[in-house]
Amino acid sequence: MICVLEGFYQTNIIYRTIHGSLSGLMPCWSATIVTGIMFSLFLVNIFLVSTALMTWGERRLLGRFQTRVGPNRWGPFGLLQPIADLISLLFKENLIPRGSDKILFIVVPILIMMPVIMVLGVIPLAPGVALADLNVGVLYILAITSVSSLGIFIAGWSSNNRFAIFGAVRGVAVLISYEVPVVISLLGIVIISGSMSLLDIVEAQAIPFLMVQPMGLLVFFIGSSAEMNRTPFDIAEAESEIIAGFHTEFSGIKFAIIQAAEYGAMIVTSAIIAIVFLGGWSGPLPEYLGWFWILIKVLVCVFVFTWVRATLPRLRIDQIMAFCWKGLLPMSLINLLAVVIETFILKGPNGQLSVADLWIMCVINTIITVCTVIVLNKLISNKVDPLRSGSKILSQRELLLDGQGD
Amino acid sequence: MPVEYSVQYGMIGILAVVATAIPTSLILISWSLEKIGRRPKNPTDVKSDPYECGMEAIGGPWHKFNFKYYMYAILFVIFDVEVIFLYPWAVKFLDLSLFALIEMFVFVGILLIGLMYAWRKKDLEWR
Repeated sequence: MICVLEGFYQTNIIYRTIHGSLSGLMPCWSATIVTGIMFSLFLVNIFLVSTALMTWGERRLLGRFQTRVGPNRWGPFGLLQPIADLISLLFKENLIPRGSDKILFIVVPILIMMPVIMVLGVIPLAPGVALADLNVGVLYILAITSVSSLGIFIAGWSSNNRFAIFGAVRGVAVLISYEVPVVISLLGIVIISGSMSLLDIVEAQAIPFLMVQPMGLLVFFIGSSAEMNRTPFDIAEAESEIIAGFHTEFSGIKFAIIQAAEYGAMIVTSAIIAIVFLGGWSGPLPEYLGWFWILIKVLVCVFVFTWVRATLPRLRIDQIMAFCWKGLLPMSLINLLAVVIETFILKGPNGQLSVADLWIMCVINTIITVCTVIVLNKLISNKVDPLRSGSKILSQRELLLDGQGD
Repeated sequence: MPVEYSVQYGMIGILAVVATAIPTSLILISWSLEKIGRRPKNPTDVKSDPYECGMEAIGGPWHKFNFKYYMYAILFVIFDVEVIFLYPWAVKFLDLSLFALIEMFVFVGILLIGLMYAWRKKDLEWR
């Protein structure tokens, strides 16, 4: 068997280096497998380290937003806090509530964390460097991330706790509702770049798709922050209503894994936004510093996510559902319609979009986005906010009746 | 080409194994700490109660749920299946003719009529 790398893997620097040093020591197929394992461990390390830093960073940022200090005791600026947390949680007693499904209860943290790590497999870290360059990359991401809704539901199912089931049912309802606009918002990107591979999408961004697809970014940002159960949409784990939602009964290391998956999902989503909408490694820096440029974009996204969490109060479930089905879904469909028509008119005879075409689309789509947001705001704010519409405010009895059916 | 595909999906498979192994190993580390006596293990009757804000839980965890969840689930299935059909079309859209455009308008239009019907019937309201 000849030990030659093909296509994508020839340009992949990390892969080529590891494979090259290993292929002298062992047969070709095992060198490939070991390379894959090492690359996967590399990705997992990126995930775990960035998640640990994220738990610290978000707590510090939230502290600053709320004019307090945040964790600052252990290590410089409190940087060793996540390690202290991990050790503390490792040594906590393993509590499994009576009447729960013991096997599923232990499987849940694994099931929640696995899809988040698996998404990293197709995300390019630098020009030409990714674990795999799937030609269905976008679809793969959308398919894998929706597995976590299964984890959330099994968490509620196995806990034998009323609040956990409340949280699980709410969480799944929010997740599946926001899945639809998110999936449609990425269609515009696929149409313009003509490919679902993330590397091709980055190559296609002569100008960042943030400008060509402002509404797509808006819908994707809101929808994905709902899918991650971040604060404006976190009714699945609303502390003031249902304790901690689907992970009420989880403690110790299982709780740590679920939290890590949640913060890691934010990193992964920020990476997707940086790759798909913000232009990936393209920037003023030279190409060999592409990874650094991606990192900056990811950090900007993470900051915006934290900012949104610190600013907005939690919505009610009817507001969340109305916002999804009556706000985001029409927005994403209008975006799709606009992109389809523009692309059809502007595309050249060979089915190519030039940079000038992208700029025209940028102008038109920005105008459409602003108009749509204004119009939908007028239409929806009356429905969502009864105080502003002047419609009757729910009486105490109606609220009680409403709460029973939750 | 097919060889590269199988390598790529093999890589994803390896990543799936590693991604499963990491949280499993964390749980196993914690479990082995219990085996060597570094992690406490003294379950009591009260401790293993399902959490209920300090009260004793009355009745089981399962009860009636709002049927609205069911309506949203149906709507989700319809739209998600629609989008799966839209993706292959979107990838090839730059090479397609006017016929494909109009056909997809008809396809999305039929589903939009369904959404409008659900909206009219107040299936999107939360009560």
